[in-house]
Amino acid sequence: MSGLRKFLDKIKPNFEEGGKFAKLHSVFDGFETFLFVPNTTSKKGSHIHDATDSKRTMIIVVLALVPALLFGMYNVGYQHFLAIGQDMGFWGTFFFGFLAVLPIILVSYIVGLGIEFIVAQIKGHEIQEGYLVTGFLIPLIVPVDTPLWMIAVATAFAVIFAKEVFGGTGMNIFNVALVTRAFLFFAYPTAMSGDTVWVRTKGAFGFGKGEVIDAFSGATPLGQVGTATGPTADIVGTLGEPLNFWDGVIGLIPGSIGETSVIAIALGAILLLVTKVASWKTMLSVFAGGAIVGAIFNWIGPDTAVAHFPWYEHLVFGGFAFGAVFMATDPVTSSRTETGKWIYGFLVGAMAITIRVLNPGYAEGMMLAILLMNAFAPLIDFYVVDANIKRRLKRKSPSNLPQGEALERS
Amino acid sequence: MENFASILVKSIFVDNMIFAYFLGMCSYLAVSKNVKTSLGLGIAVVFVLFVTLPVNYLLEMYVLREGALSWLGPKFATLDLSFLSLILFIAVIAAITQLVEMVIERFSPSLYNSLGIFLPLIAVNCAIMGGSLFMQQRIGSQLNGMGDVLAYALGSGIGWLLAIVGLAAIREKMEYSDVPKPLRGLGITFITVALMGIAFMCFSGLKI
Repeated sequence: MSGLRKFLDKIKPNFEEGGKFAKLHSVFDGFETFLFVPNTTSKKGSHIHDATDSKRTMIIVVLALVPALLFGMYNVGYQHFLAIGQDMGFWGTFFFGFLAVLPIILVSYIVGLGIEFIVAQIKGHEIQEGYLVTGFLIPLIVPVDTPLWMIAVATAFAVIFAKEVFGGTGMNIFNVALVTRAFLFFAYPTAMSGDTVWVRTKGAFGFGKGEVIDAFSGATPLGQVGTATGPTADIVGTLGEPLNFWDGVIGLIPGSIGETSVIAIALGAILLLVTKVASWKTMLSVFAGGAIVGAIFNWIGPDTAVAHFPWYEHLVFGGFAFGAVFMATDPVTSSRTETGKWIYGFLVGAMAITIRVLNPGYAEGMMLAILLMNAFAPLIDFYVVDANIKRRLKRKSPSNLPQGEALERS
Repeated sequence: MENFASILVKSIFVDNMIFAYFLGMCSYLAVSKNVKTSLGLGIAVVFVLFVTLPVNYLLEMYVLREGALSWLGPKFATLDLSFLSLILFIAVIAAITQLVEMVIERFSPSLYNSLGIFLPLIAVNCAIMGGSLFMQQRIGSQLNGMGDVLAYALGSGIGWLLAIVGLAAIREKMEYSDVPKPLRGLGITFITVALMGIAFMCFSGLKI
């Protein structure tokens, strides 16, 4: 380690003002602070230092996402070998999933961080760490068969138009990973929905090739419910076996890479809640909103299969749990006031189920529900703050004070 | 009753004047700098829509459309005056906008001052004209009777109001953002509106 430190110290003057590579200052700075704790201290005035800075916050979110990613890799392999009727054992299954998911992660990071580096050069500030989380989220919320160039285009769009133009990390109005997903969804609908994109049937780098067996069907549970014609629908897995609530909790079902397992997501949620990176208020109220609106549709909804889909299954199938834990709680794009968090979360859950039930075009409503509430989070905040101001003014106004005091003041 | 609620919700969200049709953009972009003013303008738009649409509906039913004048006598039964609809609609809207302007000036001078030129400009706001023309187009198919028209007018107005206060809150929050210089002001607002439009796509095709 000390060798590395010495090397960095040796080349550092090149990147400082007047040095040979002064233009690449932010790149050097980014790498240096990534490798070592920066030793700069403030020189003037009093400052309070907290152990939590944005870098640590981001790393905690990334750690919280790791269970969902690992499970997602295993599930990709698991679904694939079910579809081609082979058994490769645990490690073979995982390895296939690893090979299939790794290129998506690489593309997401290379494109996103590339843009981030270039923008930092142009603006002349340090590289911001916000993309660490975004780049990790993007692979988890896309189907495994999404072509890599589409991911590259969508990532570039989202990072530039949803983040950099608003001023970078911490200033964006919309969740960058969700904008990527929405861009993919609306620009390339055939690659993002339907029955064939959720399970990889071809090999990965020549590994795990095979013919798809006859019993295979790759539709997601929510897709099956959404397209069912009768008043009820039986949801089935990849080989036509019936699924129940607990299959949704465990998550060995077709779906986007990281969204299927509620257990893996719950592990991440515990970490986020213990470290207080995510707000429990938002998380809880998203589930409450989804459960209440789901129950209302069960009770007096239209006579379609998706309205009859039990409310508790709505919460475990599809991206609901993933969105509630990792997307809705994004501290930048969600409401910032405490009362606002309850309102915001409740509306996200309610909108998600409403879209699933009432909009036949979208089997999955979580992404658009969160994006919609991102747009209205500032408004919720505004009115929460406004109500607070009014309440306090009222408390202090002369008419509310005891008689004698009011006279004294006037 | 269910019918009215369905038309109301549809016109607020699915057929949102801003995000589905991009109508009334000039005042939408210009007056959305803070929430209080934009709320005032939004309420003015709701009011003008709510008053002009029924009047224009009556005009359409009893003066303009083919055979509408038959109440004057059998001679007029074949008359079709619909080529006059643009002119008459605009006249009605302009007259009612004048009324709203006077009312606001009398009761809330501060709002009157902050709205400035955009208040009289409601007269030529495309959202209002669009509301009348959509109404004319949908008579018989989606809108039957005065109740439906009132629900539609209220819904499109509230949809516009919701869009403008939403954008105003975002712009207030963005005051402190480090937006690149060339994009400050209208540029970033256009991008924001586009992203809000993507979010509003969740309502396209909603079945109520």
